[in-house]
Amino acid sequence: MSETSVRAYLDRSLFAAALLACLFVVSGARAQTELLNVSYDPTRELYREINAAFIAEWNAANPKKIRGIRQSHGGSGSQARAVIDGLNADVVTLALAGDIDAIASRTGKLRKDWQGRLPDNASPYTSTIVFLVRKGNPKGVKDWSDLAKPGLQVITPNPKTSGGARWNYLAAWAWAERAFDRDETRVRNYVARLLANVPVLDTAARGATTTFTQRGIGDVFLAWENEAFLALAEFGADKFEIIVPSLSILAEPPVAVIDGNVDAKGTRAEAEAYLRFLYTPKGQAIIARHHYRPRAPQHADPKDVAKFPKLTLVTIDEVFGGWGRAQPVHFGDGGTFDQLYKPGR
Amino acid sequence: MSDANLAAIEMPEARIARRDGAAARIVLVTLALGFLALFLALPLAIVFIEAFARGWQAYRNGLADPDALAAIWLTLVVAAIAVPVNVVVGIAGAWAIAKHEFRGKSLLVSLVDLPFSVSPVIAGLVFVLLFGAQGYFGPVLASYGVEIIFALPGIVLATLFVTFPFIARELIPHMQALGNAEEETALTLGASGWRTFCMVTLPNIKWSLLYGVLLCNARAMGEFGAVAVVSGKIRGLTTTMPLHVEILYNEYMSVAAFAVASLLALLALVTLAAKSFLEWRHADEIAASRRH
Repeated sequence: MSETSVRAYLDRSLFAAALLACLFVVSGARAQTELLNVSYDPTRELYREINAAFIAEWNAANPKKIRGIRQSHGGSGSQARAVIDGLNADVVTLALAGDIDAIASRTGKLRKDWQGRLPDNASPYTSTIVFLVRKGNPKGVKDWSDLAKPGLQVITPNPKTSGGARWNYLAAWAWAERAFDRDETRVRNYVARLLANVPVLDTAARGATTTFTQRGIGDVFLAWENEAFLALAEFGADKFEIIVPSLSILAEPPVAVIDGNVDAKGTRAEAEAYLRFLYTPKGQAIIARHHYRPRAPQHADPKDVAKFPKLTLVTIDEVFGGWGRAQPVHFGDGGTFDQLYKPGR
Repeated sequence: MSDANLAAIEMPEARIARRDGAAARIVLVTLALGFLALFLALPLAIVFIEAFARGWQAYRNGLADPDALAAIWLTLVVAAIAVPVNVVVGIAGAWAIAKHEFRGKSLLVSLVDLPFSVSPVIAGLVFVLLFGAQGYFGPVLASYGVEIIFALPGIVLATLFVTFPFIARELIPHMQALGNAEEETALTLGASGWRTFCMVTLPNIKWSLLYGVLLCNARAMGEFGAVAVVSGKIRGLTTTMPLHVEILYNEYMSVAAFAVASLLALLALVTLAAKSFLEWRHADEIAASRRH
């Protein structure tokens, strides 16, 4: 290769690289009319449908169109961490209030009273924790007490990163408090034996679902009710069945607009309308179709509502005094989870 | 486990093989081929079997999805930036190490290897710590509206970090073996430094450089861990092909997942083929340049 041709080549590659960089800057600038919804793991399918319905409705009524709504999914705790580290979310739709509290207190990008700004604790739907077992329930699992029996394998994600796993943990704890009449030693003993039955802690709910359904590990899967229904729909009711325990926890996955981000991007009107859409009859019907319990069941298809089993549901406020207390006591560094979980036993 | 044990048991037999005939040799070859078939060929085949499990149309739909196309495009862009940068920096580093004596040279040599010994997750987290909103430079960058983490620049940085050693590692031993004689001759005859580099050094190292580029490119397109940390996983915007494969698999869309995975596998095969072709086509030249 001669000197001039090498030079020409270098010039050309430099030009190509510069062109590529420009393309990206341009596409970044164009992305202004997009929203970014940073959500927890199992809501991928739900928000895909919500997004399409909301965009159609918004674009029919407003001159300033929305081009699209981007989705990002992962364990609720890790998603909150990403927003804290600068992921430019317009709205967050996470598994529990504690994760949005963390964003508020660590970044100041939304006010501490965010949960009062939308109806129903800013949770457009509720859900709960149920058991998914293999067809025919070969291990005869009926209630929480069975999960601590020796030789049983329980699948649940890691409560440090997954919101669903924290609900799992607290549901087990709430049941034990009732069953053992608030005897702290027996409650801790029960939870420790349950955790000893967990062979692997995935980082998020969907990973745990695939561990149980596709990799075939474990006898019982502590699942979001919606994940359990989705697994039945994906793999057929002839492979798995849902076991409803005597008591479970009322999970309220909340949503919030990240004020600091929408004001910087100029997307406040769209972001607020997007979250309000979740509470509309149309939004509630989509929510029920994706196996989440709607706040206004009268707007949903009665068939969708009928599949939700009735069971005793306790709230985090009445048993644990809210996320503000439950988070540090159970999942903080050195909390009960750290004390009771001994991996690799 | 049992394979490893078997291999250990077979080892002494290898030395006996020279004396007592073909039996041991056949066992050894069978063992090696069986191992390769089980752990390399079979998984590769499964990728393509799964990708075409529901026919050509489903395969095409998986690849034509806008998010998949965006992931492919992003992967190409990242490689198109990371590989040339690593070529320039890799040549410069190898040149400095192989042809010059200076203080701290051995430290530089160890630093070049650093990305190989650091876990990719740590590599990603380091960039979050530097450029994230809570990081050292985060507030300054945010005040100018510059996005690094959870955007293209962060992904490129993470990729650069993990792929940096490939080219330098390939060049250093080769350049050391070549020595300085030809460059010194060129300089004595009055060539400029740049001309010496283009006319003497570059032609001498082109084969090892090409190897390095192939390997660097394969890793740049295939990197998962470091990129996952800095990507933010925004579909259609910051997901590269490996991340997109994981997302699709977790959404029970295994045909689409393996369709994208098959492209990555294809890349590996093309890399391998290109490498073998170069070795075969230019065997004499490579041998000659290595002999220097």
